[in-house]
Amino acid sequence: MAIEMRRGRYGKFGGQYVPETLMTALIELEKAYEEAKADPAFAEELDYYLRDFVGRENPLYFAERLTAKIGGAKIFLKREDLNHTGAHKINNSLGQALLAIRMGKKKIFAETGAGQHGVATATACALFGLECVVFMGKEDIRRQELNVFRMELLGAKVVSVDKGSGTLKDAVNEALRYWVANVEDTHYILGSALGPHPFPEIVRDFQRVIGVETRRQIVEKEGRLPDAIVACIGGGSNAIGMFHPFVEDEAVALYGVEAAGSGIATGRHAAAIADGKEGVLHGSYMYVLQDEDGFIQEAHSISAGLDYPAVGPEHCHLHSIGRVTYSSVTDAEALEGLQILSRTEGIIPALESAHAIRFAVELAKDMRQDEIVVVCLSGRGDKDMQTVREALGGGVE
Amino acid sequence: MKTVEKRIRECVSNGKKAFVPYMMAGDGGLDTLHHKLIFLEKCGATAIEIGIPFSDPVADGEVIQQAGERALANGVSLRKVVEELSGIKGKVSVPLILMTYLNPILAFDMKLFIDRCLEIGIGGLIIPDLPLEEDGLLRERLEGTDIALIPLVSLTSSDDRIQDIAVKAEGFIYAVTVNGITGGRDHFGEEVVEHLKRVKAVSPLPVLAGFGISRPSQVEQLGECTDGVIVGSAIVDAFYRDDLESVRSLMNTSDGKFKIGIS
Repeated sequence: MAIEMRRGRYGKFGGQYVPETLMTALIELEKAYEEAKADPAFAEELDYYLRDFVGRENPLYFAERLTAKIGGAKIFLKREDLNHTGAHKINNSLGQALLAIRMGKKKIFAETGAGQHGVATATACALFGLECVVFMGKEDIRRQELNVFRMELLGAKVVSVDKGSGTLKDAVNEALRYWVANVEDTHYILGSALGPHPFPEIVRDFQRVIGVETRRQIVEKEGRLPDAIVACIGGGSNAIGMFHPFVEDEAVALYGVEAAGSGIATGRHAAAIADGKEGVLHGSYMYVLQDEDGFIQEAHSISAGLDYPAVGPEHCHLHSIGRVTYSSVTDAEALEGLQILSRTEGIIPALESAHAIRFAVELAKDMRQDEIVVVCLSGRGDKDMQTVREALGGGVE
Repeated sequence: MKTVEKRIRECVSNGKKAFVPYMMAGDGGLDTLHHKLIFLEKCGATAIEIGIPFSDPVADGEVIQQAGERALANGVSLRKVVEELSGIKGKVSVPLILMTYLNPILAFDMKLFIDRCLEIGIGGLIIPDLPLEEDGLLRERLEGTDIALIPLVSLTSSDDRIQDIAVKAEGFIYAVTVNGITGGRDHFGEEVVEHLKRVKAVSPLPVLAGFGISRPSQVEQLGECTDGVIVGSAIVDAFYRDDLESVRSLMNTSDGKFKIGIS
């Protein structure tokens, strides 16, 4: 199956809907990335840091007690939560930081929602001695105070964005404005498989390591490919990295899990595939949560990392051709998923990943015991303890 | 030749410079749109750029963002601006140019939107998030109409790119004078003047400078190496402060040295 119909497009999705001022930077980035891809030394250097700094490869772990409790398919977890900085985000931040260095750019900026991408980017910048500015919504800064402190400790400057609703969408707007004004010497490390071409491709390629390792590991352990793979979707970077090496394997069912927030029917959610319309946001043609006038709506999710009103263009395409099945899980259900995994396996997942866990549990129930489900455990839950405690009313059920 | 281009050329051939003011539709209420357009026309505008508010205006600076937020709070949308303009059709004779981000057009339905623009007699469209790479579909649909698809070139655009954009341009070329978003700047350096001269050299169309022009002295400085200027934030701000006098003086600043406008 040919996914990429033409440069920067996934079917009709994707593209480069940005101000002219940024076009030269995007063209330059595309060229630099093509050269880096063709240079074995670049891959070697990235591999070195992924291994010795991030701690890859991380395990594909058989969740035996969870499997026994559910009584269906065998459940495996791809442990991105064990990466340095606690999530898959570092894979992309490191890759793009090395790319920026190749391009001779010493100044970096990024947007962040929950702060995971901001922390990962601040980390990569500290590692390589790059200047780092992170844009973060005012509301997110309030919700994720500790991550702000982490970024500052790592030497980054965190800029509060109080426009709009002060969340991720507004942080991206401000980041794009900043780029327009500083385009000549500054690289934008975009954190998800979003934005104008070539970002969705670059982010996907740097996250592909998740799926590539998983493929090798499951064959080693089980002698075959899995029957199903599950990953959560905000912008969709962990999911596209996990799915991409399996897209051609039609026998492997792929499931993307969006955040249904308080429930799709309430309108307070972040499920752009379930409830969005085609449109343009942040440089890309995607499914976008918007009103009838084309104004972008706020997303809502207990998980700040899924709190974005659109889904990356490659996911939109995979949805439109029916290759990936997209579903959604509510805040309450995700909290259940988080508790189940904590109790059965001693792993507290990030709220984002808890969406995937909850969906996988339901899926596995109806599958045979000799079937295999792999879940991308995209991050660990440490960052969410305050939110989870509040949501559970101060105690556990 | 589309009407917008014709008007600018008339202006230039009379030894004047074009002046295109920008205003945010619906700031101060949509019912003020009509009076503001007539006022700007009387002040000598060559054409008028009407900004459509958007929830995520990534190319706009503080002043226009805030004007947009006020307009949004008034419930203004592309649809409503189009309705309002239908009502005042024929009352303003200078070309009207709509500046809107792409998504409201997509939500409106591109074909329907163009049909309505044709009914009203809209003279041009400026879409800041629709670069050359992506404008094929809209360009095709505007072919043979009097609606000009006006492109932006920036200080970062390479010479080859400026050439490509100029070849396809309609109406005029909107030469962005800062690396940055809209809004006032203190001064323009020599590199801006050089850039404008380069654009002017390759463009078969009139070249208007815009972004960050807020003072009479800047109007004169940039007017010198182009066919005219676009002034946004300063006009938006003056309307907001209800300071019509400063709008008028900005537009007539160059009396003597430069005669701005066709009045």
